Amino acid sequence: MLKLEKRPQPSQFWTYLTPLLAVALTMIAGGVLFAFLGKDPIVAIKTIFWDPLFSEFAFYYRPQLLVKGAPLVLIAIGLSLGFRAGIWNIGAEGQYIIGAITGAGVGLAFYPMEAWYIFPLMVIAGALGGWAWSMIPALLKVKFGTNEILVSLMLVYVAEQLLASMSLGLLKNPEGFGFPGSRNLNDYASANSWIHQNAGMHWGVVAAFIAVIFAYVLLNRHMLGFQIRLTGEAPRAARFAGVNPNRLILICLGTSGALAGMAGLFEVSGPSGQISIDFNAGYGFTAIIVAFLGRLNPIGILLAGALMALTYIGGDIAQSKLGLPSAAIQLFQGMLLFFLLAVDMLTNFRIRLGQKEVA
Amino acid sequence: MTGTLLSINGLTKAYPGVVANDSVSFDIGQGEVHALLGENGAGKSTLVKMIYGLVKPDQGTMQLRGADYAPVQPSAARAAGVAMVFQHFSLFEALNVAENIALGMENPPSMRDLATRIREVSEMYGLPLDPARIVGDLSAGERQRVEIIRCLLQDPKLLIMDEPTSVLTPQEVEILFQTLRKLSSEGTAILYISHKLEEIRALCDNATILRLGKVVGKCTPRDTTARDMAEMMVGSSLHVPERAGGEIGPVLLKINDLSVPSPSEFGTSLKNISLAVRAGEVLGLGGVAGNGQDELLGALSGEIPTAPGAIKLDGKAIGAFGPVARRRLGLLTAPEERLGHAAAPDMSLIENALLTGSVREGLESRGFLKWGKAKSFAEAIIERFDVRTPGPGNAARSLSGGNLQKFVIGREVMQRPEVLVVNQPTWGVDAAAAASIRQALLDLAAGGAAVIVISQDLDELMEISDHFGALNEGRLSDIRPAKDLSVDEIGLMMGGSHGMEVAHV
Repeated sequence: MLKLEKRPQPSQFWTYLTPLLAVALTMIAGGVLFAFLGKDPIVAIKTIFWDPLFSEFAFYYRPQLLVKGAPLVLIAIGLSLGFRAGIWNIGAEGQYIIGAITGAGVGLAFYPMEAWYIFPLMVIAGALGGWAWSMIPALLKVKFGTNEILVSLMLVYVAEQLLASMSLGLLKNPEGFGFPGSRNLNDYASANSWIHQNAGMHWGVVAAFIAVIFAYVLLNRHMLGFQIRLTGEAPRAARFAGVNPNRLILICLGTSGALAGMAGLFEVSGPSGQISIDFNAGYGFTAIIVAFLGRLNPIGILLAGALMALTYIGGDIAQSKLGLPSAAIQLFQGMLLFFLLAVDMLTNFRIRLGQKEVA
Repeated sequence: MTGTLLSINGLTKAYPGVVANDSVSFDIGQGEVHALLGENGAGKSTLVKMIYGLVKPDQGTMQLRGADYAPVQPSAARAAGVAMVFQHFSLFEALNVAENIALGMENPPSMRDLATRIREVSEMYGLPLDPARIVGDLSAGERQRVEIIRCLLQDPKLLIMDEPTSVLTPQEVEILFQTLRKLSSEGTAILYISHKLEEIRALCDNATILRLGKVVGKCTPRDTTARDMAEMMVGSSLHVPERAGGEIGPVLLKINDLSVPSPSEFGTSLKNISLAVRAGEVLGLGGVAGNGQDELLGALSGEIPTAPGAIKLDGKAIGAFGPVARRRLGLLTAPEERLGHAAAPDMSLIENALLTGSVREGLESRGFLKWGKAKSFAEAIIERFDVRTPGPGNAARSLSGGNLQKFVIGREVMQRPEVLVVNQPTWGVDAAAAASIRQALLDLAAGGAAVIVISQDLDELMEISDHFGALNEGRLSDIRPAKDLSVDEIGLMMGGSHGMEVAHV
């Protein structure tokens, strides 16, 4: 008989090992899945994990890692602060969209003027847009005790409608021959987030790295980070220590909203280039997986973001090269979170074999 | 007493790293009231769990009325006529009395029949109880009656009671004893677990004393002094805290007509509480659990906001201040619940030292934490209060209850408070550690601080208090000098018998 026994302290060893174990289990289960689909599992796994980095076309795929990873990391860092404190912002996708709209809106308002301050203003506008969108669930929770999970999630669908309306109306390219979508910001030098397009470098990548460092210092060295962790671990002890829960809700939701909004702005002014109906690609939801895969730890999130970006790119290659259905790739990514949560139990419990015990 | 009811031979139970019971043997006669005496961690709970079928012994046998008895689960024990009233009630607050009792039965009768039987049994034993009342509205004494009646409905031959009086006023204790004596005279044996020696002397026929899992003595409580029993229990002579007799100074903390609704649904609201504590004084606040102790501590710690003028520290109105501002001014508190309230279970002792110590110990500067200083502060607490742990980096939940309590109290005492408020400072702590905690509180008062001790342990309060008051349903009694109070007077201050009546023998 298998029996779970609670450890007196969380195991350091397993804390670091579980993400690796989860990746390994995902490879095995994914391989079985691909085998059932009639593909060679070894080739499929290699295509997903190896080819983007080391195949002959890797020079094309490697910059994509930065492009795909940066928004995931930037959003996940913001989400992780709230998740640590038990504040569940599920609506980063909506904040991402609104940040892209407000940021791009500011840029387009200056068109065709060229000036150094346009892009910084767009970044601020994007952050403010995401922040404002996240303040809706935050204020409703503080004032009326509503559930931030539901409110933030539903606001994603509102944001999507707003995005459609913007790309068909207010922000539509007047020279776009009637097609939906805004002007392409890649053609507007002052409103462009690329630093080096061929290397995949844009300001969002820089922002993601800064956010990782900022979050690391905050959580390990600062009183606010301590209060965030304390609130998540023992809410009553946090109140006893003097933490104001409402203040923490506003800070955590506000920060995650602002970072998601910035991610949206960097995306629209760089890789995507324009506001369009289907501009959002689900980064806001995938970032939730990234945050947990990285164990809500800034460094872990950086690694998890890179891994997630890898499976995205590798999944695309596998689809085109091996003809794997896209649903299989999504299933594969879902497995990663599933296995991570399952083996996570090993940090707090140990498995004992064959003990018979009443009680 | 006619013959042996339960005979226990060489019961042994070991857990990893500790032998909870080491070949324990004793007999309980029919109709006997048998005391099981010992400190926390002596192995009393493990022993009764084996008798009740919750834990399986490693070695040893039991005989019930001459036949082999080895219950594999509590229902088997109940079928054999063994019933148990736990220290912590297992009742659903949102359900009524009859529903709660039905939930514990294998084949519950219809609600109407059950209600009739509850009334019959409760009247027969002088434990009046309305089957239709919601448990959330009952006092602790009444809730215990629900548990006792649940057991009595099974017509037990042996009733195990685990620390039954810790939630009762002296008057309620007397009524409980009348009921237990009546049961005993009808032939029901009672295994009575306690560390309150005077109660055992008043009630029990025989006593078995456990220390570190072994039987270290048997005695007839009526013929043995409380002090002798205590020394058998502890295994050495007891250190009685002594006070230096410092000067009583000016009023430091004043509560003026404090009324606060309870934040929780089944909590107790505070009603018109007024008190004052002076420098150098220890004020003891007694009362049965659930009469507003948690709420009073919350109002003083700053977790529950109050009217600004309701609480004054050194003449300054601080009712609207949060916990951090109050700590800065010197008002420190230690709540009853150690894990999750006074300390965060999964965080290290260093982080837990930071939890309340950051302001007064200067563990942060401009928001940034000084981990080195926090570590030395945690180490200082561990050193001075003899907290048994491998190091300050260990998680709070890895400490035993008593050790964590020493840490929690030590953390506040070490911050040199002007006013210290503690709730149940020695709950679950062994006698030697309890004495050192009390000594630390007395030393603090001797050094010019004002100390408020909220406790359900009347012996403790009488030992260390200068003044005594009692909480009852959220109200505070008059505060009187502690040294000339009798037990009866204290009982009346605690709310008397809460409407209980003596068994109709």
